[in-house]
Formats: sequence, C-alpha cells, structure tokens
Amino acid sequence: MNKIAFTTSGHDLKAELDPRFGRAQFFLVYDLQQNSIQIIDNKQSRSAAQGAGIQAAEIVARAGVDALVTGHCGPKAFRALSAAGVAVYNCDAMKIEEALEALKSGSLQRASSADVEGHW
Amino acid sequence: MKKDIIDELLVISGKGGTGKTSVTASFAVLAGKAVLADCDVDAADLHLLLSPDIRERHPFFSGREAIIRQQDCTGCNVCMDVCRFDAVREFEGKYRIDPVGCEGCGVCVRFCPVKAIDFPERLCGEWMLSDTRCGPMVHAQLGVAAENSGKLVSTVREQALEVAVEKEIPLIISDGPPGIGCPVIASLSGVSLALVVTEPTVSGLHDLQRVLALARHFSVPAAVCVNKWDINPEQTERIESAARSAGAEIAGRIRYDRSVTQAQLQQKAAVEFESAVADDIRKVWEQTLSML
Amino acid sequence: MAIRIAVASGKGGTGKTTVSLNLAARFGEPVQLADCDVEEPNDNLFLKCEHLASSEVVMLTPQVNKDLCTGCGACGEICQFRGIISLGSKAIVFPELCHGCGGCFRVCPTGAISETPHQIGKISIGQSGNIRLVEGRLEVGVSLVPPVIRAVREQLLEDMPAILDAPPGTSCPVVATLRDCDYVLMVTDPTPFGLHDLKLAVAMVRELGLPCGVVVNRAGDDRVGLYRFCEEQNLPVLLSIPDDRLIAEVVSRGGLVADALPEYGLMFSELSEKLKKRVRPTGGKP
Repeated sequence: MNKIAFTTSGHDLKAELDPRFGRAQFFLVYDLQQNSIQIIDNKQSRSAAQGAGIQAAEIVARAGVDALVTGHCGPKAFRALSAAGVAVYNCDAMKIEEALEALKSGSLQRASSADVEGHW
Repeated sequence: MKKDIIDELLVISGKGGTGKTSVTASFAVLAGKAVLADCDVDAADLHLLLSPDIRERHPFFSGREAIIRQQDCTGCNVCMDVCRFDAVREFEGKYRIDPVGCEGCGVCVRFCPVKAIDFPERLCGEWMLSDTRCGPMVHAQLGVAAENSGKLVSTVREQALEVAVEKEIPLIISDGPPGIGCPVIASLSGVSLALVVTEPTVSGLHDLQRVLALARHFSVPAAVCVNKWDINPEQTERIESAARSAGAEIAGRIRYDRSVTQAQLQQKAAVEFESAVADDIRKVWEQTLSML
Repeated sequence: MAIRIAVASGKGGTGKTTVSLNLAARFGEPVQLADCDVEEPNDNLFLKCEHLASSEVVMLTPQVNKDLCTGCGACGEICQFRGIISLGSKAIVFPELCHGCGGCFRVCPTGAISETPHQIGKISIGQSGNIRLVEGRLEVGVSLVPPVIRAVREQLLEDMPAILDAPPGTSCPVVATLRDCDYVLMVTDPTPFGLHDLKLAVAMVRELGLPCGVVVNRAGDDRVGLYRFCEEQNLPVLLSIPDDRLIAEVVSRGGLVADALPEYGLMFSELSEKLKKRVRPTGGKP
C-alpha cells in the first residue's frame, strides 16, 4: 500500500475524519513511502446535484490511491471505487491520525460492500 | 469561529403547507440572533415574514442547455433524430431547441455535423445574501420551470455556513423544502437536528414516516411537532406515537389559531404578538433548543 | 377529444388535492382523475379505489458488454449525469442516475453498449364511482419525475374529461403536467404566502400560454388584496371556499368534503358547471 485517502474538513493528520465520502470537503492523501500529504478539494462533487459519490470516487481514483478511509460509503461510490481498484475501509475514529494508526496496525477491516443505503 | 461548533437546525415537513415557514420565522425571532437559510427554493416564503434587505445577488447555474446557432445551422435534421426528449422544434426549415423540453444531455451537441449547437451552463435562478431583524439571511429563487433545486439548496447551506463562521454566529436555522426528494436530502445531510412540522391528517402521517426514514438514513436526530393538533386529537396521538417508534423526540404541539395568519399579514412571525399559539411555539422552541 | 383541466398551486398545502378530488366527485359525469404528484400520490387515500390495472414505467438504460468494452472513456465523457463512467479498465453503469438520452450508446466506438428497459415508476388505474383514477408513483431511489408524469398522461382516455392533480411548485414536473392541458385551475389562499406563490404560478402558466382561473381556499378577510390581484390580472375567481374548520376536520380524517358536507358538495357541482361552459378542448393546440 502506497497512498491512502482520508475524508476530512481539515488540512493535516490532526484534523477530523469526515464521516461522509461524496460530500466531504477535502481528501487528505497520505503517501506512506514519502511520508507526505496532499490535500485535494472535493468541491466539484459537493456542488454536483446528483452522483456526488461517483464523482468523488473518480477524483480519489485519479489521485492514484490504493485505499480510502472514511466513515460511510454508499453503494454507487463503492462500486466505482472497486472498479478502480481502491480498497475501502470504514472507520469511526475522530481524527485522521487515529484512523491511520488503526489502518497500519491492521485493526481496520477492508469493506466488502457499501455500509449505508444509497440515496439519489 | 470553527465550523464544528455551529449548530444547524432544519425545519422540514413531509408535505407543503403545514406551517413550517411560520414556525421557522418564529424561531428566528426567539433565537435573537441566528443565520437564516431559506432552503425551500421552489416556494421561498420566509422573506415575506422577515422583510430582508438584500445586500448581494448571485446568479445560479446548474447543468447545461443546448442552443442552435441559427447562422450555422444547415437544417440537416440530425439533432431532431438523436434527441430523446422531443425538445427540437422545426418551423419552416428553421430548427430551434425548446428550453423547457431540453434535458441538457448534450447528445445533439456531439452529433451536429457542423458543430452549430452551443452548450452553455444553464441559468436556473439566483441566490441572495440579506440582512433581517433576526440576523443575516441566505435565500434563493429558482427560475420558472427550472430544475435541480438540490444543488441550489446545497449552495444556500454552504453560504449560510460561511456567513455564520465569518460573523461568529453559532446557530443556523433553515426552512427546508417539502417532500422527500433531492432538495430535502440536500437540506438534511449533516444538520444537528431536524424538526418535522406536520399536521394531524392521514396524508400527514404517511408523509411524516417517509421523512423520518430519510432522517434516520442520514443519522440526523429528529423531533416532531404537530401543528393545528386540535383539529384531530386522535390523529395527533397516532402521529406522535408513530414518531416515537421511529426514534424521534416530540417537540410539542401547536394549536389551530387564525392569529398565525394575522401575523403573516403584518409581515411578522406569530411570536411577535401575544397569543395562545405564540405560547405554544415558545414551548416548542425551548424544547427544541434543549435537544441541540 | 374531451377537456383536460390541470389543478395547480405555487406551493404545497393550499388544498389542491381537496379541490381535485371534490371537483371529480361532483363532475356530474364519468371523469378521470390523474394523480401527477408522483413523489407523494395522495388521491387514492381519499378514494380507496377498486384496483383495475397496473403497469411499469420504464426507461432505456445502457448495458455494457465487458468483452467488447476497451475502457476508452467516450461514454463517460458524453454523459452529463454520471450515469456511466469508465474507471479502471471497463465502463460501469449507474442506472439510477441515467436520463435515458442514449448518448453513450451512440458514441461507443466498439458497439459494447446496448440499451435495456429499467423501471422508474408505476402506474395504477382504479375506479371509484364515476371516477377513473390514474395514479403515477415514482420508484424510491429515482429522481426522474417528468417521464413518470408523461406516462400517467399517456394512460388517460381521450374521450373522457380529465382532471390532473399537479405537483406543487413551478418547476419542471409541474410543466410536464400542464403542457397540452386546456385549462389550469390555480388553488390559493388569501395569505401573503398564498398571494406570493400565486404570482409565481401565474407567471409560469402565462409562459406556457394556457388559460387559467382561480379557486380561493380558506377564504375570509382578504387583507392581502388577493381578489384585487385576480381582477387586475383578468383571472376569474371560479370558487371561494370559506375558511371552515369543519373542512379541515373532514380532510384530516381522509373524507371527501363534498360527501360529508352537502353545502360544499353543491359548490363543487357549480364549479364543474362553470368549467364545462368555459373550457373547450384544444387537443393541446391553443
């Protein structure tokens, strides 16, 4: 695993993990090799009338991440992420750094399906 | 001010006309200072009670629409053949696109052999930033026959949040849209509490259950208030018990009282006059505040 | 072609459904009632019809043949609604977001896309006394309202008068209901909200070039100048329903006002007579 995306409204590892995926404000992409972070604005998805999850999946996939850690992921976003080969981890941690530790220590389970119902 | 300490209270109703806007305006007065957001963009009425002074107007674009450049059109009929929405009209050899029928799919744009069709963003309405006697207000107006109020609702909410941060006001009160469709979802996700204002009718119960299911789906805590409860006390009991079993709190009851309309006529909220119904609304407000 | 009358209002809760139902109940001859409020169809809660037939409303959506798809992305590029995207090496379809425009099917260079029907709604037809009810109901999880409304209209018989109960507001579902009707009856009340929303609705109806009249519900003191507005705009007020708590009580129990309160039944009979005199069938060509 090289790059991991987290949903957040902040700019660093101390920021909170946003439980929403499609309408999250930013994606924080953490590079395990370089130990660097990159912030991607999710504005385009948030302003979408519909299909925000799919749009967000496209953004995350194009950033070249291997995994996504977020609160909840709906079925459309999950399908798109799976097609792009991005592993999804659901996590109820408050902060990104806690979620990152949980992922590194192997205590997060890779999701095998969407964990919330879809909406339109 | 940090975004996470700002509370967002949404007032919604399963169907229209339940008194949601009158309750919202009263809450705005009782709060003293709050940022107000009118998310009922299809029939925006909150401004009729709060008399806003408009400070800024911004156009709102959503989706795209196809427009044929007459000087470049060769009349080949391809656009009409490919349109699935019956939006291309031909009159005496001239082709044009009916903006009401156009779905904004762009198929005609792509297939026009001489590239004579433009595809600009569609102007769907405007949103405004105003001042009221109860604090700043963000509101909007969707154009006639326009679509896509979900995105406009998101815009109104985002602007309201920005204003709250900037002016350090820790409470946003939103007047939500009716129904359970896209605009409602856009207004509901991520709020601190949704207060559902309903009426004691058969359709009121039916629509309430759908709205509460939606709130549960978005993990939004919900409270229910029955307006005009005394019109049908048995149905009020049924609605409250259905609300409790759906996991919602009961925020109180408001009686049927013409003084609500009298207040409306003077462009005031019901609580700006002394009346029994004003006391009811005050109790609902206190109960609602305690849940935030 | 028999007459088609749409019942509309600028906002919800003005009594549009009450007017539609009671007008149908006192039409004096067999009539069709089309419930076009497909997100929240409520008419049958009051009519409790004998069910006659149902059908599905479908739309063509793409299906991808994985053996032929090269993942080139042309489909995702033309799609404006994120109904199809190409991520990884293949295109994937989200039928619930598809608008059925056929763009992806047309641009696919390898012929990997075919189109199959996808259910977006349901039509139920029922009978209650003189009323033939045609109800449209949107599938949960679908947001394509206008095609379901069009499907309701397609089920209307040409030779029987029809009353169309429109969704509230002035957005595209309302336009889909009103298009090609012969007359629009707008329901409002003498409150600032009612007048404001009536103005928006009148603007919409005028833009569509349709003749219209007004029903004033919960009529009492007209302190907002509703009747003056109607006069200035040449909008005939065809019925004023008094602000009577008894009406609210009957509606709250799911009853028909015309049956429960005979004096109001007479008012609705008069309204249908006025409409029959006033409205001429145009077959959608004013």
